[in-house]
Amino acid sequence: MLQTITVSLSSLHLSTLMPMIVVILGGLGILCIDLIKKDLSKSLYVMLSILVLVIDLGIVLGYNGPSRGMFGMILADGIATLGQIIILVASMLFIPLALTSKRFHEYSYPEFFALFLFMTAGFQFMVATDNLMLIFIGLETASLSLYTIIALHNLEKSFEAAIKYFTMGALAAGFFVFSSMILYGITGSVELHQIAKVVASGNYAMLPLLGAIAFMFAALGFKLSFIPFHTWVPDVYEGASSATAGYISIVPKIAGLIVAMRFFDIFIGAGVTWAYDVLYAIIIITMTFSNIMALVQESVKRMLAYSSISHAGFVMSAVLVNTTAAHNALFLYWIMFTFTNLGAFAMLWISRYKKSKFDAKYDHPYQKFAGMVAIRPIAATIMAIFMLSLAGVPPFALFWGKLYLLGAIINSGNTTLAFLMVINSAIAAYYYLKLIVFMFLREPDRKANVAYMKNASTALKTIVGFSAVVTILSIFTIEPFLEMISSYVVASGF
Amino acid sequence: MDHLLSLIIFFPLFAGILGFIVDKNSIKAYGIAIATVEFLLSLALWFNYNPAGANFQFVEYFPLISTYGINYHIGIDGISLFLIVLSTFMTMISLIALNIEKDIKNLVVTILVLEMTMVGVFSALDVIVFYLFWELSLVPMLYIIGAWGGKLRVYASIKFFLYTFAGSLLMLLGILYLANYFHQVTGIWTFSITDWQLLVIPYGMQIWLFLAFFIGFAIKVPMFPFHTWLPYAHGQAPTIGSVILAAVLLKMGTYGFVRFSLPLFPDASVYFTPFIATLAIIMIVYTAMVAFAQKDMKQVIAYSSISHMGVIVLGTFALNAEGITGSVFFMLSHGVVSGALFMLVGVIYDRRHTKLMSEFGGLAHIMPKYATIFGIMMMASVGLPLTMGFVGEFLSLIGFYKVSPIMTAFAGTGIILGAIYMLNLFRESFFGKSKSEENSKLKDLNTKELMALIPLVLVVLWLGVYPKPVLTPIDNSVKKMLTLMKLKAQTPQARERLLVVKKVKEAK
Repeated sequence: MLQTITVSLSSLHLSTLMPMIVVILGGLGILCIDLIKKDLSKSLYVMLSILVLVIDLGIVLGYNGPSRGMFGMILADGIATLGQIIILVASMLFIPLALTSKRFHEYSYPEFFALFLFMTAGFQFMVATDNLMLIFIGLETASLSLYTIIALHNLEKSFEAAIKYFTMGALAAGFFVFSSMILYGITGSVELHQIAKVVASGNYAMLPLLGAIAFMFAALGFKLSFIPFHTWVPDVYEGASSATAGYISIVPKIAGLIVAMRFFDIFIGAGVTWAYDVLYAIIIITMTFSNIMALVQESVKRMLAYSSISHAGFVMSAVLVNTTAAHNALFLYWIMFTFTNLGAFAMLWISRYKKSKFDAKYDHPYQKFAGMVAIRPIAATIMAIFMLSLAGVPPFALFWGKLYLLGAIINSGNTTLAFLMVINSAIAAYYYLKLIVFMFLREPDRKANVAYMKNASTALKTIVGFSAVVTILSIFTIEPFLEMISSYVVASGF
Repeated sequence: MDHLLSLIIFFPLFAGILGFIVDKNSIKAYGIAIATVEFLLSLALWFNYNPAGANFQFVEYFPLISTYGINYHIGIDGISLFLIVLSTFMTMISLIALNIEKDIKNLVVTILVLEMTMVGVFSALDVIVFYLFWELSLVPMLYIIGAWGGKLRVYASIKFFLYTFAGSLLMLLGILYLANYFHQVTGIWTFSITDWQLLVIPYGMQIWLFLAFFIGFAIKVPMFPFHTWLPYAHGQAPTIGSVILAAVLLKMGTYGFVRFSLPLFPDASVYFTPFIATLAIIMIVYTAMVAFAQKDMKQVIAYSSISHMGVIVLGTFALNAEGITGSVFFMLSHGVVSGALFMLVGVIYDRRHTKLMSEFGGLAHIMPKYATIFGIMMMASVGLPLTMGFVGEFLSLIGFYKVSPIMTAFAGTGIILGAIYMLNLFRESFFGKSKSEENSKLKDLNTKELMALIPLVLVVLWLGVYPKPVLTPIDNSVKKMLTLMKLKAQTPQARERLLVVKKVKEAK
């Protein structure tokens, strides 16, 4: 006779699941509204999405229940909260970029906004669990929505980008599952804290573990665009709209970074040295190679694609050194990066043309920005500030992230790593400078008659202005950000 | 006058932002007005400065990122005071002499922002704040060279930016390492130079940290072999860019040596003295020879600039009161004199659109006023007694003479070479027969140019004859720094070196 299993509802702690439920319901709600009345304006859906995200953020911030729920699958620790805050705020800042003055194909579908919210839920699942299966489900939910969002841009190269991303993503998903399978075989669990116990006890077979970590390297490498798993990045950025490309450079990566943090913490903490060495090598290769590739790009968007690879490699060093200060620095860096990159991509989005004037291949060749200062001085200055921030010139936002990260790495005794990172920053300065050179030092191509603000609307200008203000005055925001970050990070024991 | 120093730092920035509203036709007057106010403010700083006090004055402090020990901590001593006055003075003069029409609004605003960063660098007492202004100063200069420069301006400006940026990133590494060490030893996060100066750093660590800081500063100075960006930058920059670059921006590097390298790493400074002195001597002699081989007047002055910066570095690493006081004074005189020379070359370039010496000749007859002022500045550049150039050069060399007479003799040949190429330049362009018909039509200096140049002449003569009001405050601060270095010295060599210094002074 089968024994009945009784589970009391209160022991499930459904409240841990609330943040994701809200977004998913919000997405379904948008679909329902579309069923009832067609042809509603995109502005309605943008605002609804923002409101859903605001409610979600409120729930995340106000949560003070137990740290585990749903059979221990959901983990609501400090890192999860912090990760969700970054994901939600970044999403809230990106979704208004849909309010362009030109019409774009994707925004005429309410499904776009539903997908956007589902994607957010997926990323939230990824950061709010340490169960490999749930991470996988979150990853796939988010990725499938993202592929569709890219394809909705409705250009030939968008389809290409979406298919490319999908194929690569499918491969990465396969790797992730293989890794989870092997880990389950070795340790008898797919929960990272159980796996950590086995690894710490040293009571496991080495060879399969090697396979598991190698597969996980590949899986996370695809998501975080580490070299040599980066090949999809420039094409996907090129194919996606600038707004989506900016989003891809920030939100999926913070989710991936948190998973990487949770995962590699086990092995680096337990002193699995070759995992450390491989990660070290991948970080250095990622930073250096992407920097060199970025030097030779002809399109600003592709340059930013390689630059975001390089930044991902840069912050991954925080996962490598695995100290509390480094983890704080990772989040600080990423918050600063969010504002800067949001601004940079929003500027590209504003200058978007339906038809390319300079180059059949690219929407945003460097040539397009030649002499921009003479035509649009304020826009050029703002763009230059974003570039300087990306290059790490003080006092702009990313400098403080870099300062804190380098400080944490030196603090942990890895001076060589810090040295290599500094060398890379010096190389990186060149390609950011290149855009500034085009905007400020070249003569404008009067015949081309470029209108840099073709796509501008009040919403877009507000977003750009907001990120510019944060980027410029970041020095005053570091202290409160650091306090918030370190309280969350320390609370979850990282 | 509680916040006078902050006012001096940020006044040009706010004025610059407001400058966007000012009409294009009036922007130059606006710029001059702002720069004059700024200069008067810095004079007020000088008059309120207590020359007897060796400590930092006008100190301001408030926390920026207190968990990491980054504070807005500024203040000045005798060393930085005059560099601030020099910055505001030269900015004012170069704006008066400004005669660019294209995009003048952007140019004036950029100059004002640059002025903020210069004053900021010299008054920062928190290393991160220092680094912030230091890096920020690259951006306006990049724009000035790149937008208003000559044919190769883009290349020159990028080279300038990347060189300095790479060097200062290594310095940042050193800064973070030192802060981390301070934290390990004391348990406190701080980036305050006044705290750091009290820390005794192990000898081995000093060597590495010294090198990290050295690269950052040496590229800026620019020391041989990192000097290659400078001739390009000068060659392509518009006159105002060259003037500010030579007069103030290069001084940031040598100021860095005096403010950071010496008091933080006394043992390493002693250890590296022969090495740096060798580099400095190569720099003095080699660039003097290169200067002699130039055909372009501006390049002559650019290379002579490098050569003189070598004397400044040599004086600094004499590690005695004469040498360092002399080198700080030489920074000021070199700022005024090379600024004036670049301005003078700019004057002739505006009239003839060439800077080649072979195009001129007999200018002394055609432009007597111009020739007179050029002559005075050339004398000062060569280091003739009773000009400002003599005091600094003499003190720097006599300071190093106490360390090594032979090396000083080598450096001295550079000075002789300096006289040769400067006199050669003067002879080629001002005496003899005119080599081109066009020269006879050249007009002499106009009122605007005289207004810019005469104050420089007066300063050169005044401080050449009576340098005491400037030397005393510098000397007090330098002596305090040397006492501190002596207290901190660990290695026997350093103890001995810094003791010898004392003995010589007693003997005097």
